[in-house]
Amino acid sequence: MAAVILQATGLAKAFGGLKAVDGVDFALRAGEIHALIGPNGAGKTTFVSLLSGRIAPDAGRIELGEEDITALPAHARVRKGIAYTFQITSIYPRLSVFDNVALAVQSQGARDLRAGVAEALGRVGMESLVSQEAGTLSYGHQRLLELAMGLALKPRVLILDEPTQGLAAGEIDGFVALVRGLVSETTVLMIEHNMEVVMDLAQRITVLNFGQVLAQGTPAEIRANPAVQAAYLGTGDAAA
Amino acid sequence: MKAWLFHLVALAGLAVLAAVLPAYHANNLARVLVLAVYATGYNLAFGYTGMLSLGHALFFGAGMFGAALPVTLWGWGGVPVLALGMLAGGVVAGAVGLLALRTKGVSFMIVTLMFAQAGYLTLIWFNAVTGGDQGLVLPGAARRVLGIDLTQDAPRLWLALGIYAVALLLAVALVRSRFGRIMLAMRENEERSRMLGYNPYAVKLKVLVVSGLYAGLAGAAYGLFFGYAGAGFATVQYSILPMLYSLLGGAGTALGPLIGAAAMFWLIDFVSSLTNAYLMLVGVALIVLVLFAPRGILGFVRERWLPWLP
Repeated sequence: MAAVILQATGLAKAFGGLKAVDGVDFALRAGEIHALIGPNGAGKTTFVSLLSGRIAPDAGRIELGEEDITALPAHARVRKGIAYTFQITSIYPRLSVFDNVALAVQSQGARDLRAGVAEALGRVGMESLVSQEAGTLSYGHQRLLELAMGLALKPRVLILDEPTQGLAAGEIDGFVALVRGLVSETTVLMIEHNMEVVMDLAQRITVLNFGQVLAQGTPAEIRANPAVQAAYLGTGDAAA
Repeated sequence: MKAWLFHLVALAGLAVLAAVLPAYHANNLARVLVLAVYATGYNLAFGYTGMLSLGHALFFGAGMFGAALPVTLWGWGGVPVLALGMLAGGVVAGAVGLLALRTKGVSFMIVTLMFAQAGYLTLIWFNAVTGGDQGLVLPGAARRVLGIDLTQDAPRLWLALGIYAVALLLAVALVRSRFGRIMLAMRENEERSRMLGYNPYAVKLKVLVVSGLYAGLAGAAYGLFFGYAGAGFATVQYSILPMLYSLLGGAGTALGPLIGAAAMFWLIDFVSSLTNAYLMLVGVALIVLVLFAPRGILGFVRERWLPWLP
C-alpha cells in the first residue's frame, strides 16, 4: 500500500447546533485519485475546508506527510503543498490569464514566470488565451484556468471541489483525461456529484453522510454497499 | 518599456512647466506636487491593494510633526528632519495597521478614521509642544535642504519636482514588480490569494507601511516647504483629499493621483475666483466624473487607449 500523504484523525466542526463534520478519520494515499461523495449537506465542502485550512476545526488532527499541520493557517498549508480549487469559480476576473497563473507560479518562488505560466496553461490547452482578460473567458475556460492555477502551485495534494459542475459533456471528457494524467505527479482529492466521473476516475471513494464516514472503498465496493445505496445512490431499499 | 517612457515623458513635461510657469502658478505647482506624493502613496494602498483608509491624515500629520518638532525643539533642519518625518509616517502606519488590518472593508475605514481622530486630538491636547490649533511656524534657518533655500519659490518647486519624480518612479517600479501583482490580487480577490499561498495580513501591512512612508515624507515636505505645521493637517479632510485625488485622476494608475490633485487644485482656484459657492461647482464636476468616467481621468484613458498603463 502506498504511503499516506494526508491524514485526518477525529476531525470535527460544528456550526451552532449542526455537526457539519463529526469525528471523521480519513487517509489519503500518495498518488491516488480519491473521490469524496455524499448527499447535499453531508459536510463534504466543510471537510475539505478543514483540510485546506480555510476554517479551523473544533477537534481533531491533520497531518501532511509526517507533519502536524492542524494549527497552520491556509496560506501556509498552500506553501506546504495543499492546493484547493473553489467550488464556485474563483479567479481574478479583471486580471489577464497570464497574471492569474503567474500569481500561482510566483507563489512557488519560480524564477522564470513566463515558462511556468506557459507550462501550466499548456497542460489545460489554453496557451493561446494568455493575454485575454480572465473575466471575459467562457465558463468552461474559467474552470480550466482555475485548474491551471492549482497545477502551477505544483501541489503534493490537489483538492478539487466539484470541478465538473456546469461543464458541457465534451468538456467533462477532456477534464477526466486531464486529471487522470496528473496521478504521476500529485495526489487528487475531489468532491464530485457526477457519478460517471467518480466511477471512471477514482481509485478509492469516501462517502460522507451527516458529517460522518458512511463507507470507504473502491468504486466496486461502494457500488455494492447497501448503506450507500440507501443513503445516496437511491437504489436498493430506498427504491423498493 | 512603454510604461517607463510614458512616465518619463510626463516628468519631462512637468519640468518644462516648472521652468515656464509664472510665479503664482509655480508656487501652486509645488503644493500640488507635494500633495501628489501623498496621494501617490495613498493610491498604493487604496487603488492598487484595495484598502480604503480614512486614517492617512494621521500619517501625513505624523510626518509633518515628525519633521517640525525636531526643528522647534532642538533646532534641527534639512534632510534629517525630512527623513525623520518620513520614518514617523511609516512607523505610525505600521502601528495602526497591526491593529486595523484585523478588519476590512467598512470596518477598516472606521477603525482607521478613529485612529486618525485620536491622533488629531492628541496634537491638540499637547498644544504646549505642538502649538495646537495655532500650529508651529518653522524658521527659515531650518528650511534649507542640500543647500537649497526653501523660502525661495523656484528652488522649492524644483525640489518638489525631484521628490515627486522619485516617488512616482518608485511607485511604478513597485506596481510592475511581482509584489505589485500580489497587491492587485489582494484588491481583486483576497480569498483566492490566500489559497495561492499569500498571507493577506502581511501583504497589506507592508503596503500600508510603504503608503505611510509616502504620507510621512509628503507631510514633512509640506511643513518644511511652506514653513508651517498645524494640527489642521491631521483632520479627516486630509484623509479624504488623497482619496478624491486618486478617484478623480484614476485609482490604480500611477500618474492618476497627480492628475487628480492638479485638476482639483486648479478647479478650486479657478471657480473660487468666480463665485463663493465654488464647492458646489466642484461637487458638480465630481458628479459628472462619476457618471461618465467612473474609473477617473487616467482610468478612462487606460480603458480606451492605453491598456498597458500601470
